[in-house]
Amino acid sequence: MLVGAAAPEFALAATPPASPVISPWWVWPLALFLATFLIGIVAVLAGVGGGVLFVPIVSGLFPFHLDFVRSAGLLLALAGAISAGPGLLASGMASLRLAMPFALIGSVFSMVGALVSFTVPADVMQALLGITIMLIVLLMWRARKPETYAGSRRDRIAVALGLAGVYLDPVTGRDIDWRVQHTLAGFAAFAIIGLVGGMFGLGAGWANVPALHLLLGVPLKGAIATSNIVMSIVNTSAAWIYIERGAVLPMIVTPSVIGVMLGAKIGARLLHRLHAAVLHRIVIVVLLLAGSRAMLKGFGLWN
Amino acid sequence: MSVTADSALPEQRIYARWLAAGSHSSLALLAVLFVVYLTGVVPPLVPVAELPNYWGLSAAHYAAATGTPTGWRWLELLGRSDVMNLAGIACVALVTPVCFARLVPEFVRQRESMFAAIALMELWILVLAASGLAAG
Repeated sequence: MLVGAAAPEFALAATPPASPVISPWWVWPLALFLATFLIGIVAVLAGVGGGVLFVPIVSGLFPFHLDFVRSAGLLLALAGAISAGPGLLASGMASLRLAMPFALIGSVFSMVGALVSFTVPADVMQALLGITIMLIVLLMWRARKPETYAGSRRDRIAVALGLAGVYLDPVTGRDIDWRVQHTLAGFAAFAIIGLVGGMFGLGAGWANVPALHLLLGVPLKGAIATSNIVMSIVNTSAAWIYIERGAVLPMIVTPSVIGVMLGAKIGARLLHRLHAAVLHRIVIVVLLLAGSRAMLKGFGLWN
Repeated sequence: MSVTADSALPEQRIYARWLAAGSHSSLALLAVLFVVYLTGVVPPLVPVAELPNYWGLSAAHYAAATGTPTGWRWLELLGRSDVMNLAGIACVALVTPVCFARLVPEFVRQRESMFAAIALMELWILVLAASGLAAG
């Protein structure tokens, strides 16, 4: 059946190169691996997903087309989410039942976002990416500090779906009860998050956690853990659109996935030694620069 | 109403187990296939030295310029190392649909019709995305 020998020969000779190449081919994947390793460290320390840092930084500094960068962003967020998921579910910190309804809405819109993205010209996508990153920066800047969970009023949908639970906080050793509120608004939020994530490959940790914690009233640790499960489901639907469209380059995806995952392991070890608030501000500055670069690139002012 | 710890819910334990098996095996496969790709043991469809000439093109132009198949036609070229790696990436993206396929009968067994329906709809969305039918 599937035989390489029967494969059509590579059509390179018939097609002129897109641009002259000076450095050997391995320089960029190696640089990508190093960059994603650093992104993995910073993402964990600053409490943001890898995808939101990866897409603007790599699309701004590397010669890859945005299509391939977006797919790599999605896939590295997906790989991180599925590898962290089992532990979070087994500990009970993440709730599958809580994740499922919101992930369903997010998946539909993530798929739509990915489909729409291939109909939009590349420069417009760059400009939209820049604007989106700026809005994310604003969201991160204005985000309220985590609050202590003080109970919430449940709505009818949350009651019907039984969106309540309890998990053991391993630090305090206490059982934490949670109940969901504002379910309908939550569906709307996850539709928007899915759409943006699918379009730009940004992952969704940057928005899932505030939506689960501040809007739906889930305690912070439960929100972070469940966000991971939502992300693994939502990113899958968009990832298939990118694969189907031929927008996935293994030479970009695999070094990025390995780099971010190794970096995240180092980041987790450094977590107790560094000042998270300072890092959070550094991330905001980095995103501001990367977002500006994407906007300027999109508007043709800095190519 | 009393609430049960999520870690004790049978569907959550099953999902965690399947997710662990899927993520470990697919990510290990991804790493192994990438080593095969880098070492050149199996020839790629697009020579790695030529990649920098093409990775700045859009996905559609890249496919047209290199003859890389889109949709599911890459399955016909699994003997090429770069396409093999794409299969590894597809395995990573298969983990969630497989886990949901396992969840549906579990919710049916528990007579949890609402969550069985949600799991079934999720599975349908993921299959729709993977099939290429959503793209038309």
